[in-house]
Amino acid sequence: MDQFIEQIVTGLSIGSILLLVALGLSIIYGSMGIINLAHGEFVMLGAYAAWVFHTYLGLGLLASLVPIFLVVAAFGWVIERYVLSLLNNRPLDTILATWGVGIMLQQAVRLMVGSELRYVQLPPALSSSMSVFGIPVSSYRVFLFVVSIALFGATWLLMNRTTVGMKLRAIIQDRSVAASFGINAKRVYALTFAYGAGLAGLAGALVSPLKSVSPDMGTGYVVDAFMVVVLGGVQSLAGTVASAFILGELSGGIAFLQNDTVAKAIVLLAIVVLIRFRPEGLFTARVRA
Amino acid sequence: MSISRRTLLRNTAALGAFAGAGLPHIWIKNADLAYAAGGEIKVGVLFSLTGTTAIIEESLNKATLLAIEEINAAGGIKGSKIVPIVEDPASDPATFSEKARKLVVGDKCVSVFGSYTSASRKAVLPVFERQNNLYWYPTLYEGRECSKNVIYTGAVPNQQQDEFVPWLVKKFGKKFYLIGSNYIYPKEENNYCKKLLEKLGGEVVAEEYVPLGHSEFSSVINKIRSTQPNVIFSTVVGDSVVALHRQYKAAGLDPEKMPMASLTTSENEVAAMGGEAAAGHFTSAPYFMVHKSPENEKFVEAYKKRWGADKVTHFVSEACYFQTYLFKQAVEKLATSDLTPPNIRDAVKGQEMVAPQGKVRIEPENLHTWLWPKIAQAKSNGQFEILVEAKDWLKPVPYAAYPGQSCTEKGLVEKS
Repeated sequence: MDQFIEQIVTGLSIGSILLLVALGLSIIYGSMGIINLAHGEFVMLGAYAAWVFHTYLGLGLLASLVPIFLVVAAFGWVIERYVLSLLNNRPLDTILATWGVGIMLQQAVRLMVGSELRYVQLPPALSSSMSVFGIPVSSYRVFLFVVSIALFGATWLLMNRTTVGMKLRAIIQDRSVAASFGINAKRVYALTFAYGAGLAGLAGALVSPLKSVSPDMGTGYVVDAFMVVVLGGVQSLAGTVASAFILGELSGGIAFLQNDTVAKAIVLLAIVVLIRFRPEGLFTARVRA
Repeated sequence: MSISRRTLLRNTAALGAFAGAGLPHIWIKNADLAYAAGGEIKVGVLFSLTGTTAIIEESLNKATLLAIEEINAAGGIKGSKIVPIVEDPASDPATFSEKARKLVVGDKCVSVFGSYTSASRKAVLPVFERQNNLYWYPTLYEGRECSKNVIYTGAVPNQQQDEFVPWLVKKFGKKFYLIGSNYIYPKEENNYCKKLLEKLGGEVVAEEYVPLGHSEFSSVINKIRSTQPNVIFSTVVGDSVVALHRQYKAAGLDPEKMPMASLTTSENEVAAMGGEAAAGHFTSAPYFMVHKSPENEKFVEAYKKRWGADKVTHFVSEACYFQTYLFKQAVEKLATSDLTPPNIRDAVKGQEMVAPQGKVRIEPENLHTWLWPKIAQAKSNGQFEILVEAKDWLKPVPYAAYPGQSCTEKGLVEKS
């Protein structure tokens, strides 16, 4: 029984990391419909930003979270403004462009700071472990869980309770009608993309003390993020949350019973089968077209 | 007269046939001379500067270039300068093979120093065997290879484990948890480890492989908790090492009771995971940066001076460094007109030198290297403390896990 609870808690922790990484993509892909293959590189930029703030400015990870969000969001804004907005309504070109941007970011980081693994310190206050339902769990993992839920809450409020969110939803439904009501679609798109990129950057910074920081670290995350968003259902924030935790429990559980190689294969297979029979994903937001 | 491609091809083919049939002596002589033309000896340097394994291969490139620069600054080899031709195989086995062919056939390098992963070594092997050229491989690896065109200067399983596994059993206990990345190297190492454990009456509580590049170890840690091994025997490689150590530490496990014993964790990985996550765990290797010897002090100082004070040396970059000097010694033994890859191979057999780790020697039988096994514990300052040093150097036995087989000068011999 203890082992069962331990595994459930582990799954929640894996799920919260997946959610963290997928949340930004859920906004960019789910809401704006942009297939952003550079998402992993935004995650990577966030991790490197954490390293730079720590090594050169002596800022701890927690203190640098807000600046990291702003820096990566600014990157996102520039890329939306000067690359993606020029390719409006051309999905294929957008895929290629974001892929290219991703490669350029990777190589730029490699050229500027070298390709060795980088070190980001675990916040000392969170480096111990604590007891959850009688199970010893790393405090930092509990912290990640709380942060991911909080970020989801903030994103939900932003989308559903603010004017920017309302404008975005209006644009998604019908861009030309929204524009005729005086909504500046360009500006809203750029801001949304920047926000999604910033979230990805935060995710990178937050996972970096548990994992490793290297120029090509984003490749794994972008795959995870797409799996979560596709399974959860595009355009559904709540679906993203549910699917992140389902995938977390599933891969954690199979990894415990079998091993991580098998878990990876089975999870991927399950998603492929599910998409075959339910292309819209597990959850769909009902939108009147 | 205009030469079409077809007539050119035909003429060249005819010329080749003529030369091959009639004047082999002269042609081979000319090819020999090309290896040391104009007081230059060309060698290839084939380490990935981009892609996944660039993380570590960059340092191998640097150690090799340092040795070449030192040799050239001291007058070269009998007056000839070594000219390194650096190629970037981008961590991709297919590109390794393509670049190796370019270095051997196109640039006419007399030897190539390269590779970190076994996959990349296997990919270039056919090139060196077909062209009868020479590849210098600095990495510890799984053994079970017997090529006449590769000089292996890293440790094979018996050199890393013969001392290590009994020591671990004595100090911590008999229950081992084997964890590795999912490819050939960890599987062969674990094969050998299981053989040693069988002799010692040890027990393997789990044998598990994670995908390359894997970074989520919480389920593995749960399994470790529930099986309660005495030792976690790790052959996880690359950035996964970093994630495993950090998550072990964050989960509150204690290295004093259940340490990780690794064959792959060097100063390089420790720098990336941070001393606090590495502290208390063990590694077995022939070289550590803290090793005390005049040769090592010189190597570490030169490396830092050339590439930056924050850089570390480790057991693979040390092998890169000394194998370049072994190359020099072998070439010194040859007359300039005899400079060919097979002659260098024959000349390097039995060569000895005092490397940073101690005196090393190329075993004439299998072209692997006699090394000095050491066991060390990582400290929170990012360096190791050497706890056990072998009293004598240890012979390389690349087929240690396969009793019927051995690698000899005639190639692989099977005793039935």
